Amino acid sequence: MRPHPETWLKVTPGGLWCEPADLFIDPARAVPRAVVTHAHSDHARPGHGAVLATAETLALMTRRLGEGRAGETQQALGYGEPIDVNGVRITLRPAGHVLGSAQVVLEWQGSRAVVSGDYTPRPQATCATFEPVPCDVFVTEATFALPVFRHPPAEGEIARLLHSLYVFPERTHVVGVYALGKCQRVVSLLRASGYDAPIYLHGALPPMTEIYRSFGQDFGDLRPATVANKEALKGAIVLAPPGAIQDRWARRLNDPVVALASGWMRVRQRAKSRGVELPLVISDHADWDELNATIDAVGAPEVWVTHGREEALIHACAQRGVRGRALHLIGRGEEDEATEEAA
Amino acid sequence: MKAFAALLERLVFTPARSTKLALLRDWIATQPDPDRGIGLAAITGELSFSTAKAGLIRALAAERTDPVLFAWSYDYVGDLAETVSLIWPARAGVNAAPPSLAAVAEALATAAKADLPGLVAGWLDALDASSRVALLKLITGGLRVGVSARLAKVALAEHFARPVDEIEEAWPAVDPPYLPLFRWLEGAGPQPRAADAPVLRPLMLANPLEEGELAVLDPASYRAEWKWDGIRVQLVATRLGQRIWSRGGEDITRAFPEVAGAMEGLHAVLDGELLVIRNGVVAPFSDLQQRLNRKSVGPKLLRDYPCAVRLYDILFEGEEDLRGLPFDARRARLEAWIDRFRPERMDLSALVPFASWDELSRLRDGAREAAIEGLMLKRADSPYLAGRPKGPWFKWKRDPLTIDAVLMYAQRGHGKRSSFYSDYTFGLWRADGELVPVGKAYFGFTDQELAWLDRWIRNNTVNRFGPVREVEKALVLEIAFDAAQLSTRHKSGVALRFPRISRIRSDKPAAEADALDTLLRLVENRPDRPSGSAVAVREGAWPRRST
Repeated sequence: MRPHPETWLKVTPGGLWCEPADLFIDPARAVPRAVVTHAHSDHARPGHGAVLATAETLALMTRRLGEGRAGETQQALGYGEPIDVNGVRITLRPAGHVLGSAQVVLEWQGSRAVVSGDYTPRPQATCATFEPVPCDVFVTEATFALPVFRHPPAEGEIARLLHSLYVFPERTHVVGVYALGKCQRVVSLLRASGYDAPIYLHGALPPMTEIYRSFGQDFGDLRPATVANKEALKGAIVLAPPGAIQDRWARRLNDPVVALASGWMRVRQRAKSRGVELPLVISDHADWDELNATIDAVGAPEVWVTHGREEALIHACAQRGVRGRALHLIGRGEEDEATEEAA
Repeated sequence: MKAFAALLERLVFTPARSTKLALLRDWIATQPDPDRGIGLAAITGELSFSTAKAGLIRALAAERTDPVLFAWSYDYVGDLAETVSLIWPARAGVNAAPPSLAAVAEALATAAKADLPGLVAGWLDALDASSRVALLKLITGGLRVGVSARLAKVALAEHFARPVDEIEEAWPAVDPPYLPLFRWLEGAGPQPRAADAPVLRPLMLANPLEEGELAVLDPASYRAEWKWDGIRVQLVATRLGQRIWSRGGEDITRAFPEVAGAMEGLHAVLDGELLVIRNGVVAPFSDLQQRLNRKSVGPKLLRDYPCAVRLYDILFEGEEDLRGLPFDARRARLEAWIDRFRPERMDLSALVPFASWDELSRLRDGAREAAIEGLMLKRADSPYLAGRPKGPWFKWKRDPLTIDAVLMYAQRGHGKRSSFYSDYTFGLWRADGELVPVGKAYFGFTDQELAWLDRWIRNNTVNRFGPVREVEKALVLEIAFDAAQLSTRHKSGVALRFPRISRIRSDKPAAEADALDTLLRLVENRPDRPSGSAVAVREGAWPRRST
């Protein structure tokens, strides 16, 4: 008889804890041993003893948290390379969320749980594509778990941004993007659409982008928006963190069109209340259809929901005979677009 | 439909008028007929369909979605049309082409009620989410994108480089999708004309009187009138109908049915001030405000805030254009016209007799009545000219009142000012030592002062509530305003007319700011205020309406 994952994978105040391996996955506070799914700060906290993650995640984490704060020791693990920790087999699989993001596949005594972290099933050029892994328990996010959230193709949103540039050729188009993931994704989408003019970045964005570059990604001509003069920014695309697009920083821009790239932009009222003039529905999370399709694809009889709109997803699971459980993890969804404040 | 949806989406999120105009110009330049005209009619509210309502849309959604998920989604989104458009499940195998705007408008206007649910559901299946919301807003009539008919006309004028007045004149002669109008604007046809249509004529506006300008003007060649604090309107009554036009070119006829009713049977174009007038006494602007920005009015508002128009000028009598006549001659025609027709809800703006500028200046200083903003000076020989010609007409506003108030809260502005704290709530001291808010001001300062205020606010914040910051009660602002009126809408019981920041008094300690009592003594409509202190016009200079 295979042990049910709830007997060996438990919710503790520190986060999700795999008892036989004695390690935490994305713990909310410093622990001796942590597996980190990706480098967003609500998943990658400082001060752990040993950290296991992809090489990309370790590099991003280290740049964000500072040398020595992203784990006393770090071990890089490639996608699909299993390791054994006290009899628990651990494999990382791509999550498609940001560079280096991984699902953690845990197997113990014939039972398998997948902790997916944050994920996006649709392929993106800036990170490895999500792979569904059949399992007994699938641990999922539910950031956009309402049927009103259906992300349109990102290429169409980029086309809207470019059309706006065409209608308002004098105005600076400032796009609010999260520093890790969204920034690089938007640049990559712009390049893929044929936009080859320089793109200007707020000072908070280059560090993460450099790490992407060090892993072989090319973003074309990126320039700092901080030193470029106002004249050069006329009719240019400027990327900046969401908090900066309407604050003092944005005053250097020429009559800006304020855009924001986020899954939350699907709902007009959200966009209006933020004073966004050009909402772009570009998300690095699964939308409603993708959440449900993923749950079907992994075929798990039980789904655990970490954060977001748990009740709707659990309701939808129940309708097709899948048992849903809300984990109420502490400290999740405090960064990236999982929070409405940030994006 | 997709292009229309994209336009709506941009308009919804755009507060700036200039941006809205650019978007409309782009629409006019790029869309084919008849979509172009139908789109303009839809966003300006000239197109409405009575057959499809919210209930139908709700029922369609209920057929296609899980009720629990729909309820949660509606809770989250907060708008029915938007919820339905976002939640609408794609139907496998649907490959109908999305309908054009013209096809939707045509079908909505002609379809039988029983066919509507199937028709709308079919469209929803064929459209993407943003087009679905456009469709649903179109059929429920709640576009709310902040574009008036006037703005659309201005966009047409800008795009085709024609004076907006010509478009205004042609407009009543065409219906959506306005094909003859576009033909004319594109140089392929004559200007559409509706003979005798009640169209707006360009207004003549006055310049503010600058310091020292009086010295060079001859008092004998000018006439003076009180400048009433209502809204400037043009009344146009012809055989084809009656219109009340605002100064900005908005048709506000429906909001003032009693005035429109009084225009029936008349044939003239008149210039005047729309006011709330009770028993011949003009009420403060705050009373008129109750009647503004409404599509229609109920009997209670009509009874409590009765409106009338104080006439300044006559532009047409019958079909005779009087605009070329000198002011004195038009004035004589206006007086004779009033005498002859004795219209309801209209009276004559009296001339204020004076022999010298000094005398007029004293009369102006004495005018503290809330409904008087100051004086108008009009040269006796001035024809009625479009726009704001320099010289013939001046407005001579009375000096503002001022108080020293303490800054309490600041809010972020909009558009260009969205990164600045530019809306200021200020208060005065009550006898018990509490500071109570008395008003809000968001202009009067220079860009440098705004930057200074913004910095001060960021450095002295004690509390944040979303876009609002509560600040240290430490900064005194000198507030200028035109009048103070009693109001039940404010905690302090007082409302200010045209409050603006006149000076930043960083030299003055907050404790030395004015007391609420000081402001209360300036209130115009205080019941205990002796009426003898009001202006001379109350006693005699003001002719009662001839009835």
